[in-house]
Amino acid sequence: MKTDELVSLLSAGVTPVPANAVGRRFAVALSWGLPATMLLLVFVLGIRPGLAEEAGSLLFWLKPGFAAALALAGLVATERLARPGMRLGRVNAALALPVLLLWLIAALVLANAAPAQRAALILGETWKSCPFNIALLSLPLFASTLWALKGLAPTRLALAGASAGLLSGALGALVYSLHCPESAAPFLAVWYVLGIAIPTLAGALLGPRVLRW
Amino acid sequence: MDRIQERDRRFTDTENRLRGLMLQGLDGDAAAYHQFLKALSAHLRAYFRKRLFERPDEVEDLVQDTLLAVHNQRHTYRADQPLTAWVHAVARYKLIDLLRARASGESLNVPLDDKLELFAASDTEAREAKKDLDTLLAGLPDRQRLPIVHVKLEGLSVVEAAQLTGMSESAIKIGVHRGLKALAAKIRGIA
Repeated sequence: MKTDELVSLLSAGVTPVPANAVGRRFAVALSWGLPATMLLLVFVLGIRPGLAEEAGSLLFWLKPGFAAALALAGLVATERLARPGMRLGRVNAALALPVLLLWLIAALVLANAAPAQRAALILGETWKSCPFNIALLSLPLFASTLWALKGLAPTRLALAGASAGLLSGALGALVYSLHCPESAAPFLAVWYVLGIAIPTLAGALLGPRVLRW
Repeated sequence: MDRIQERDRRFTDTENRLRGLMLQGLDGDAAAYHQFLKALSAHLRAYFRKRLFERPDEVEDLVQDTLLAVHNQRHTYRADQPLTAWVHAVARYKLIDLLRARASGESLNVPLDDKLELFAASDTEAREAKKDLDTLLAGLPDRQRLPIVHVKLEGLSVVEAAQLTGMSESAIKIGVHRGLKALAAKIRGIA
């Protein structure tokens, strides 16, 4: 087939493209990924009792606030990486800021704590399970965000995969905060970040394999 | 200095013209979209010819592969984005994909990053593509091939194609969409 014929074939009866097709695809992906993650939480881990009473304290909001800020930055980054020729620009700073802020708060908390208490602040009671629970909860979202990218056109595949992993990890951490009994900043600074890093790394490794188009 | 200014001006003109056609195409204007793809194929040809000078016979394949990719991924173009950045990223991705598939050290010597150049040069003289799209099309399953043949090649409307094949209208639309994606995948698999 000559190229002119291909051009005619592609343009014949071409249908309008809906506005913001990329945003819609992510909306669809999250609309099944997020409920699936919620189901995992409710049936596998369970929602922590006494959640409502704690919601009054400012400290309580550090955990979901960190996860939500990172998830939002991750969503913007993934949406941009799904389009050829888009740069991350200031989104890089939005990705780094929640983590740096959390680390700063954790450092302040540790510096003000008695030396004997520091290990307990970092390890909490659930450090062994926390990162793996976050990674587990992020699995449906990991699948759904990669599915969203499959229908789009990322050109930097490892970076796009990592970004999708970060988005699913941060949302997984947000959902996990409904179960997790820990609230100390040093604990979050290590184990939540690690839990989010697991799907991020998995995405970076998987991206070049599954996202080609 | 004058030559650089001349090149920049030509680039801006092309950017504005092609971007206008592309946006009309995204709204479903087939004539504008046809013009866009035709002009774009000339730019892609010049761009790839320069970078694949040792394999001139593969240029036309890559042009067609990239045109299919531009078409299949056109929903990822954002209207406020420079069209050249979007097209260049698609073309570069397809070129790297090809070079990587060849697994040669040559990719290191191919200049990839001059974005301006893509719209600055144009080459309307097409050679025959090596891979025959007709043959590839014949290899598609009927539910994808028939919608493409009737709607895209024979110019029937979706309703007419549905009546002719006994398929539903949405099956025709899906068949065209998936068939073009499958074609792109086939090109790549053989490349």
